[in-house]
Amino acid sequence: MIPATPTEMMTVAAARALQSTDVCFVGIGAPSAACNLARLTHAPGITLIYESGTIGTEPDVLPLSIGDGELCDTALTTVAVPEMFRYWLQGGRITVGFLGGAQIDKFANLNTTVVGDYAKPKVRLPGGGGAPEIATHCGEVFITMAMGNRAFVSKLPFITSMGHGEGGDHRLRLGVKTKGPTRVMTDLCILEPDPVSRELMVTSLHPGVTREQVQEGCGWPLQWAVDVATTPVPADEELTVLRDMHARTKKAHGVAG
Amino acid sequence: MRPIRELPVATLMSLKDAVAAHVRSGDSVAMEGFTHLIPFAASHEIIRQGIKDLTLIRMTPDLIYDQLIGMGAARKLIFSWGGNPGVGSLHRLRDAVEAGWPGPLELEEHSHAAMANAYEAGAANLPFAVFRGYVGTDLPKVNATIKSVTCPYTGEQLATVPAIRPDVSIIHALKADRRGNVLLEGILGVQKEAVLAARKSIVTVEETVDDFGPRNANTVILPGWTVTAIAAVPGGAFPSYAHGYYKRNNAFYITWDKIARDRETFQAWMTEHVLNKRPEDYAQHGRAA
Repeated sequence: MIPATPTEMMTVAAARALQSTDVCFVGIGAPSAACNLARLTHAPGITLIYESGTIGTEPDVLPLSIGDGELCDTALTTVAVPEMFRYWLQGGRITVGFLGGAQIDKFANLNTTVVGDYAKPKVRLPGGGGAPEIATHCGEVFITMAMGNRAFVSKLPFITSMGHGEGGDHRLRLGVKTKGPTRVMTDLCILEPDPVSRELMVTSLHPGVTREQVQEGCGWPLQWAVDVATTPVPADEELTVLRDMHARTKKAHGVAG
Repeated sequence: MRPIRELPVATLMSLKDAVAAHVRSGDSVAMEGFTHLIPFAASHEIIRQGIKDLTLIRMTPDLIYDQLIGMGAARKLIFSWGGNPGVGSLHRLRDAVEAGWPGPLELEEHSHAAMANAYEAGAANLPFAVFRGYVGTDLPKVNATIKSVTCPYTGEQLATVPAIRPDVSIIHALKADRRGNVLLEGILGVQKEAVLAARKSIVTVEETVDDFGPRNANTVILPGWTVTAIAAVPGGAFPSYAHGYYKRNNAFYITWDKIARDRETFQAWMTEHVLNKRPEDYAQHGRAA
């Protein structure tokens, strides 16, 4: 077996965070790969929900968009989008929201809106989509994104979806009772918020990754857990299922998804 | 005795006539379809007819508004996620926002939850939508239409956005029958809400049938008296898809990234594939898959 690439390690680490009993609101891209890997390995009972209204979907190939026909064809049921956001997300029926982002800060707030000034942006990003409310309505939020000091930044130019705000009990002070981001799975490590300050700290390093590498990929001085674990190497089964899924996806629509 | 009231029902007409009769420069227009059933043929007809200065409303601008924006048809965009799904940027949207090409574009930016609620409020004839949202985000700082209200029962602060009431909503559906009723199945998005929220509506369909025949009792039907005009345009949702007719052309979505990245390449593509085409040319995309 060819060893896992950093991206594969990230997807496997993200998939492992999910359980069979989860009801998961899936973002497109990296989260979608992780959620379906979990469904096809250790979490066969997981309910995957995409914002296009598909509930309990079991796609054979990864969707390119959140509304591919494959999602509807394999779903338990498909509801209209207002119902999805009102009854299912706002209704508090989702245990995990799985998000990616362009930029993240040390309190796991996310930016997917602009780089630079909003009125005169250097880079106009797609915007929030479902994320602003996914971030506050789901029981907890997992985030997966690759590290790099343009992505992990000390100050976000724009907060699209709230993580732990300014830290501490900021969410609670705004009346938000859900946990918010509890885990960030990257290509180098896993980060979790400190129980009190809510600042992200590294809790697990992927095999072969050094602390220096992780710090280089982050725009703020990182906090480290007292005992930093080593993320278990991906099992052959995890890698085989992931690679097969990407191969089917590439065959179906020309990109790996 | 009650006077006999005439029930206006949807008129079956050509797409060209429907757009000419019901879409004016300066209108607010919602073209909906959440990944599925995106009314591309109708948007191309708007471009061919040179209709300009539009306020375009749509949760996910997608390629359909990238094209309208790049062709200079839009004055303002009301939206919640402006990317090419699974591929990357909408380059024409970005060029308009970042560089003002081909002209300035005013943005009114929301979250999906807000837009979905706002369409529903429009359909329900309410002035605004109320929901739990926008907590801890910067969006209210850049969008003055996002406000809040205090719940009269609990005192909770709730987010509000104005109802969406387009001059015209345009959707693509699967079938229409001879009485102008419209049938939708699969991923429904906010199409029903968009039509019921609008002053007028145009629906393009894959096919017209005499009668829908046996169907599930919960199939989504828009009665003919809720729709203004219907045009049969087989393949009219390409490169998005029509449930049971043809699949989403994901390869085209990937190709679009290259086409739209460059202004000249974009203009050449639009001239060849939109300006020099007619609605009938969509038929090649129907039923094939």
